[in-house]
Amino acid sequence: MAAPPAQNKIVRWIDHRLPIFAFMQHELNEYPTPKNLSYWWNFGSLAGIMLVIMIVTGIFLAMDYTPHVDYAFDSVERIMRDVNYGWLMRYVHMNGASFFFIVVYIHLFRGLYYGSYKEPRELLWMLGVVILLLMMATAFMGYVLPWGQMSFWGATVITSLFSAIPVVGQSIVTWLWGGFAVDNPTLNRFYSLHYLLPFVIAAVVGLHLIALHQHGSNNPLGIDRKGPQDSIPFHPYYTVKDTFGLGVFLIVFVIVVFFMPNLLGDAQNYVRANPLQTPPEIVPEWYYLPFYAMLRSVPDILFIPAKLAGVIAMFSSIFILFFLPWIDSSKVRSAHFRPIYKWVFWLLVIDCFVLGYVGAHRPEGWYVIVGRVATLYYFLHFFLMWLIGKIERPLPLPTSISAAVTAKGGGRMAPAATRPMEKP
Amino acid sequence: MRKPALIAAGVAGLLLGGAAAGAADDAEPPLPKLHWSFDGPFGTFDRSAAQRGFQIYEEVCSRCHSLGLLHYGDLTGIGYSEDEVKAIASTKQVTDGPNDQGEMFQRPGRPADKFVAPFPNEQAARAALNGALPPDLSLIVKALDGGPNQVFGILTGYRDPPPGFKLGDGMYYNLHFAGHQIAMPPPLAGSDVTYADGTKPTLEQESQDVVTFLAWAAEPTMEERKYTGTKVLIFLVFMTGLLFGAKRKIWADVH
Repeated sequence: MAAPPAQNKIVRWIDHRLPIFAFMQHELNEYPTPKNLSYWWNFGSLAGIMLVIMIVTGIFLAMDYTPHVDYAFDSVERIMRDVNYGWLMRYVHMNGASFFFIVVYIHLFRGLYYGSYKEPRELLWMLGVVILLLMMATAFMGYVLPWGQMSFWGATVITSLFSAIPVVGQSIVTWLWGGFAVDNPTLNRFYSLHYLLPFVIAAVVGLHLIALHQHGSNNPLGIDRKGPQDSIPFHPYYTVKDTFGLGVFLIVFVIVVFFMPNLLGDAQNYVRANPLQTPPEIVPEWYYLPFYAMLRSVPDILFIPAKLAGVIAMFSSIFILFFLPWIDSSKVRSAHFRPIYKWVFWLLVIDCFVLGYVGAHRPEGWYVIVGRVATLYYFLHFFLMWLIGKIERPLPLPTSISAAVTAKGGGRMAPAATRPMEKP
Repeated sequence: MRKPALIAAGVAGLLLGGAAAGAADDAEPPLPKLHWSFDGPFGTFDRSAAQRGFQIYEEVCSRCHSLGLLHYGDLTGIGYSEDEVKAIASTKQVTDGPNDQGEMFQRPGRPADKFVAPFPNEQAARAALNGALPPDLSLIVKALDGGPNQVFGILTGYRDPPPGFKLGDGMYYNLHFAGHQIAMPPPLAGSDVTYADGTKPTLEQESQDVVTFLAWAAEPTMEERKYTGTKVLIFLVFMTGLLFGAKRKIWADVH
């Protein structure tokens, strides 16, 4: 660590006892980052910022929210009407959940395309999958809190999934509910856990970052950094690039929050929860739709009833991601150099959109057929991943990042582009 | 710069994909599409329409429908003065108490009181209304998929049932109500009220006015939201422009 000695005496005094300044110096100013990261690499920091936004708005909402079946709905409306800027906190939080998922899904597919899960970043990827699972649990429980119709019935449908587990299923559901139906105990525990889990996510994000900084970011070429000519320090290059990306992202986010805040929500959730009246259609939030489609698509398989098979398919669709680093048999990381896999990747993206579309509709008529084909294809994709890695002939990889960038940039780049921090 | 545009397009695409996936696909008669004063990024509630709508609510809807999330004081939001609100509230009888004798008592309303409900509880409403329960209207505009157009559609959508349609006992056929059967008799027919400002109370006029009022009731903070949003957006566009310049300058020697 070649940290330049700090000028300030107080900084030196602190650093000698608690090396936070040295840490920041090391992880931001010296942290070497590939010089060729595209804007797709912005979504990691965006996800982190979304987490902070969600925690901050959530803490303010919690100050005025009442987790009781008789008061929850009214307390949310009180926040909307009578609490100063309550409407802002609530709409940011509500749409923030959607945008958090948009950002994380893009982040995930970016990792998928550029092979960011491959050696030596397997644990980094797996921690990401853990974060995704935690996010899904958190968002699900958060959606229950306003205690509208879709909150209640969504909670009923999703928790009832566990009853598909043979023998102990029904007992597990009763245990989750804290009773014999979704009721006040359910709302209370969901509120408690909804407040807890974001901090667990933050902790796993910390591990995710430690794992990231061990080997540094992957890059669009998917080849390792070979020397200083391939890297630039994270600060100021990527701090400014991430901040600019944040600005663009916030513009889109703000347009939705302020001008169409209910676009991504369900109108039914502005109706107070009524356990005696099932809404015409129970649809989860959009970010669960692909999984919901899988849940409803799977028919009876041999001795496994459709409900259990659907639950297994739904959970497997995420758990399979844990094994991705070992399923993918190709040594080449970036799909840029994989002529066949590149197309298969986009097929998976399309498949997820198709599943999302099917998930929003009643499982009737051709939706059933499309849903089944799309579910089957989702899992087939992982077999194809293994197969293509075996048979595909990847394109020749560039010798180094700087060589590739120079060839593409056409001489605009200075050969020694990695001057240390002399930025004004 | 091509790439930021691509990202923006990607995000927008995802949004549209999500929204499109939620759209209904049943073959229902298309909702009437009105131009509302509160539409669009700069739309505000037409104060006189909302006040006329409040009159409709008072004289017609409030016989059966509560508006439980509103206080009389909120009415300043549609242009009534403090004194007018006091006068409106004082015409209501509010149950208060218990007093020193431990008894509940009636007193004239105050601006801080909630809108008085027509029935003390669900059972009373059902007993009086042939078993039907009129929903609270505070959020009705947000709670229907079709929003203000659907509320307007229901108010103006009473028809004779098509041949072969089996109508339940005491039910009415309505073009824009889910399932086309509604327990509410046609609430408005035109000329139900006399407008103080001389506006002609046709069915359409009355419906449009009451929907404007209910849209305000569903989200009284909408104007503040749009106004704040415009300021935030202007700031963000400016800041992002600066950041773009900063990014270009810092990266100049890497490219």
